[in-house]
Amino acid sequence: MRDEVVQATVRALRRAETSLPEWVLRLIRNAAERETNPVARLHIQFMLENAQLAGTAGLPLCQDTGLPIFRVEQGRDLMLDFDLGEALAEGVRIATRDIPLRPNAVDPSTRRNSGNNTGPGIPDLILERVKGDCLRLTAFPKGAGSENMSLVGMLNPADDPSDFIVRTVAERAANACPPLFLGIGLGGTFDLSARLAKHALFSLPGNSGKEQDLLKRINMLGIGPMGLGGDTTALGVRIESAFCHTASLPVAVNFQCWAHRSATEVIR
Amino acid sequence: MTEHRLRTPLSMEDIKKLRSGDVVFLSGPIYTARDKAHALLRTGESPVSLEGAALYHCGPLIRGDEVLSAGPTTSGRMARYTEEILRLGVKAIIGKGGLPAEPFLGRAVYLAYPGGCGAAAAQQLRFRSVRLQELGMAEAMWEFDAENLGPMIVAVDSHGGDLYRDVRRSVQSLLRC
Repeated sequence: MRDEVVQATVRALRRAETSLPEWVLRLIRNAAERETNPVARLHIQFMLENAQLAGTAGLPLCQDTGLPIFRVEQGRDLMLDFDLGEALAEGVRIATRDIPLRPNAVDPSTRRNSGNNTGPGIPDLILERVKGDCLRLTAFPKGAGSENMSLVGMLNPADDPSDFIVRTVAERAANACPPLFLGIGLGGTFDLSARLAKHALFSLPGNSGKEQDLLKRINMLGIGPMGLGGDTTALGVRIESAFCHTASLPVAVNFQCWAHRSATEVIR
Repeated sequence: MTEHRLRTPLSMEDIKKLRSGDVVFLSGPIYTARDKAHALLRTGESPVSLEGAALYHCGPLIRGDEVLSAGPTTSGRMARYTEEILRLGVKAIIGKGGLPAEPFLGRAVYLAYPGGCGAAAAQQLRFRSVRLQELGMAEAMWEFDAENLGPMIVAVDSHGGDLYRDVRRSVQSLLRC
């Protein structure tokens, strides 16, 4: 079973790094048809060409092959007699050598690079217990350009979260490789809001009225692909929420670039 | 959108022709530099001559001497070094997300390569040599031979044109109302 997890980790990373999920490509293609700004159109077309080229050549579509994050949904009836985090780390080390991936993981103080994309706390494992006896493993390599722009705001209960989100995107989008996907964590605590925001990126695109309103407001800004102007600033917004303290209103905005890379493997 | 095909080293004449919003395809030797290389370059100890050079904000993915993926990184992190880098003779900085426009006035341009398009960029670049390799793959200074590297948008020109500023201004006025 451990070996299966290691192999599934490598497969999921390879697929995530070299191709985009079909629903992401569909949203980008739709945006290409609607976009009226010529510079923006040029960008979106080139992004689609790049995705195709990466798939054909089996090469990472972006040189920032990201920091490895895994969402693992473990069936409650499934017992693991090994360290899941260590098995994922082994898969990451193999993938780094074989795909290959750029070594991105460094010590935050010395900036020393481990050379294999692993280190204390990395890969980041988001573990969920679900019904059944399967293991669903989703690789989610996260680039720094978009992650660096993310923000947690501890708002006053009287503040409007939507205004905070739109202002945050307005100030930070250009560096995050738009058109963007936005994971929003609403409520919880300081750290729970950030977790919710990351988790929201797993369940895009959002279709609620509130999510669609936010998407519309963000696209009205005219920031466009790569911040050079255009109709397409965001492709999707997803909100996940939790109860919060009566005196608090945490809001987290997790930026995700247009290349929303993820791939899932299921082990039975 | 006027299209330009240019070759490095770049002359002031090349630079003056470029207006914000134009499209550029660039050929010839170019150098990558990121956070760590910039910190070294500003001390004036550049391992190469940067007169007329194009400096690419890029931390590529390389295997041996094969360029596998090599799109742009966020230029903003290197913003504090722009004045010193341009003083070394650099005529074009390539990246994504933009840089403050003032240092470019009358002497250089900022070219935006579509972010995230590393696989496409790698097809337009060939390995020539590497310097500062001790900084690691992402931070080393790679010399590439570019062949029609592009499409790149002239985002900041040498005449005061700046697409990012135009976008920022219109966003600010939208947020006010």
